[in-house]
Amino acid sequence: MSISIEGITKNFGSFQALKNISLEIPDGQLVGLLGPSGSGKTTLLRIIAGLESADEGRILFHGEDVTRLHVRERRVGFVFQHYALFRHMTVAQNVAFGLDVLPSRERPPAAEIHKRVQMLLEMVQLGHLADRYPAQLSGGQKQRIALARALSMKPQILLLDEPFGALDAKVRKDLRRWLRTLHEEFHFTSVFVTHDQEEALELSDQVAVMSAGKIEQVDTPQKLYAQPSSRFVFDFLGQVNVFRGERSDSTLRQGDAWVRLPDAAGATSLQLYMRSHEVRLQTTPAAHAHLPLRIESVSLVGAEVRLELSPVGWSSEEPWEVGITHAQFNTWQPQRGDQCFAVPQVAHLIEVDAHTPHTLRWEAGEMDDPAAMI
Amino acid sequence: MQQRRTMRAGDQPLVKWTLIGLAIITTLLMLVIPLVLIFDMAFSAGAGNYWDNLTNQYTRHAIGLTLLVAALTVPINLVFGVFLAWLVTRFEFPGRKALITLIDIPFAVSPVVAGLLYLLLYGSNGWIGSWLMDNEVQLMFAWPGIVMVTVFVTCPFVARELIPLMQQQGREEEEAGVVLGATGWQLFRRITLPNIQWALLYGVVLTNARAVGEFGAVSVVSGNIRGETNTLSLHIELLYQDYNVVGSFAAASLLAGIALITIVVKSFVEWRQARQRAPLAELSDGR
Repeated sequence: MSISIEGITKNFGSFQALKNISLEIPDGQLVGLLGPSGSGKTTLLRIIAGLESADEGRILFHGEDVTRLHVRERRVGFVFQHYALFRHMTVAQNVAFGLDVLPSRERPPAAEIHKRVQMLLEMVQLGHLADRYPAQLSGGQKQRIALARALSMKPQILLLDEPFGALDAKVRKDLRRWLRTLHEEFHFTSVFVTHDQEEALELSDQVAVMSAGKIEQVDTPQKLYAQPSSRFVFDFLGQVNVFRGERSDSTLRQGDAWVRLPDAAGATSLQLYMRSHEVRLQTTPAAHAHLPLRIESVSLVGAEVRLELSPVGWSSEEPWEVGITHAQFNTWQPQRGDQCFAVPQVAHLIEVDAHTPHTLRWEAGEMDDPAAMI
Repeated sequence: MQQRRTMRAGDQPLVKWTLIGLAIITTLLMLVIPLVLIFDMAFSAGAGNYWDNLTNQYTRHAIGLTLLVAALTVPINLVFGVFLAWLVTRFEFPGRKALITLIDIPFAVSPVVAGLLYLLLYGSNGWIGSWLMDNEVQLMFAWPGIVMVTVFVTCPFVARELIPLMQQQGREEEEAGVVLGATGWQLFRRITLPNIQWALLYGVVLTNARAVGEFGAVSVVSGNIRGETNTLSLHIELLYQDYNVVGSFAAASLLAGIALITIVVKSFVEWRQARQRAPLAELSDGR
């Protein structure tokens, strides 16, 4: 079931939580709403569910206007951030609740409800906990029961509010993988809210990045990471290295550092944004860039070796971070305090005070001295 | 220096035992002895006389009226209290905070003043009362007036018990219920009520105790007509003024008995509430 969000606006008193939001969620997709706290993502999710009403705009499920439909009639599954399990009911009673409150002519017989509940509990691999109370469960177990309960009415839309926010890293990873499988198996349309960019990028088919009540960008995780459409998305999604400078002719300069731009752009005050994988390190400067850096720390944990670097003879607000492979690390053997040079392969140019970046690529010929490359 | 700092006030045995001794003496003098004396006086002329005093025509009527007042007051304030607590904890509206403060007025105002206010409004010369009189409805100096002032005096008990609990529990569970398709009544019956039941019972016990024992407000509006508008507490005073001391203490022993039962029920409910608030500790003991 597809979800269409058309021009949703929501105010809480004088605070504008959502500003004319529009978003298309195709049938069967898993979409993440990503943003810092206060960006309006939970409000949007609650409006889709019907727990909150919009001041303006429409919500459509499968082309049908549900804006005025009561939350009870919308038949969505909703997983709350703090689980919201009924504390005075057992796990089985929790999962059976939706079926139990059906009008008597629609309600399946008790034996069938029992069977359905058992099946749902098996699905979340917690069949053995049917008679426990929520207070006796761990956070991860509670979350899975909350999911089983949300799926008990066979919803075609599943909404999750920070589903894994309160869990520790290991459990979170397991549940993420498991939600993905579940989603593929049952083929419902899911929307989940998160402030964790890694979670959003890993789980979603599409991510909508929100900031201050607006959607900044909607794209697949790959595109979002490689081609952020705004400075906000750039800053919010992952580590970024920034070089701020003044342009004269085709050279961007700050202190001792400079970068030769492939095409001369208009403004003079410019910023270059580079993801850590878009930068290489050399022991000597390249022909198109002179960005001296000192190694501040070396982190060997993980798939690549991460180096934290500080500018030498120029400045940046945040330290730079560049990843090199373990093989490169072994041949180069960089130490804390060593000096090296950053060589941008791809960079994103943003004029100061402007919003949209412009991607720059340097041709192979412009990047000389391959011998110096590590 | 370090050691002296760890010494807390009251650590000296002398201070500790003096305070405990004072507390025991005060409790004995002010609570236990009077309570024992009530029963002692009530039975001072023998059990037969005690029974005669209680089955006296006017006493029986006073008991009946008191029970009627409690039987009407408790359900009214039960519904009112739940409604009010639900309103102020589940909805945001202008004046919500003011309403929470206003609930306390019956506690802050002396019951006699409350009685006088009702007399002023609903008495035969009052603003509403004179109109009612023209339509041949008499509220004051009759049992409806007694019920009205008792409802007023006891109305905060249930709401005051529920509001903090419902605020703490939040509305997430109810939202989860409504998403799963529950109607308003099902939500209340299956989710809200089980979560507040002990606090509700606590409020009811307190309401009942106060409704049975209320004197000040009732004495203003009742008119003290023996066998007609005399509640048990008014009847006790009347008997005492008639120099029927044994009779008045016999009637008083009934109220004291109700108070004792209230205390027992109240302690039980408190114990249940404590258990409900700490389910984890209880369950880990059980496993």
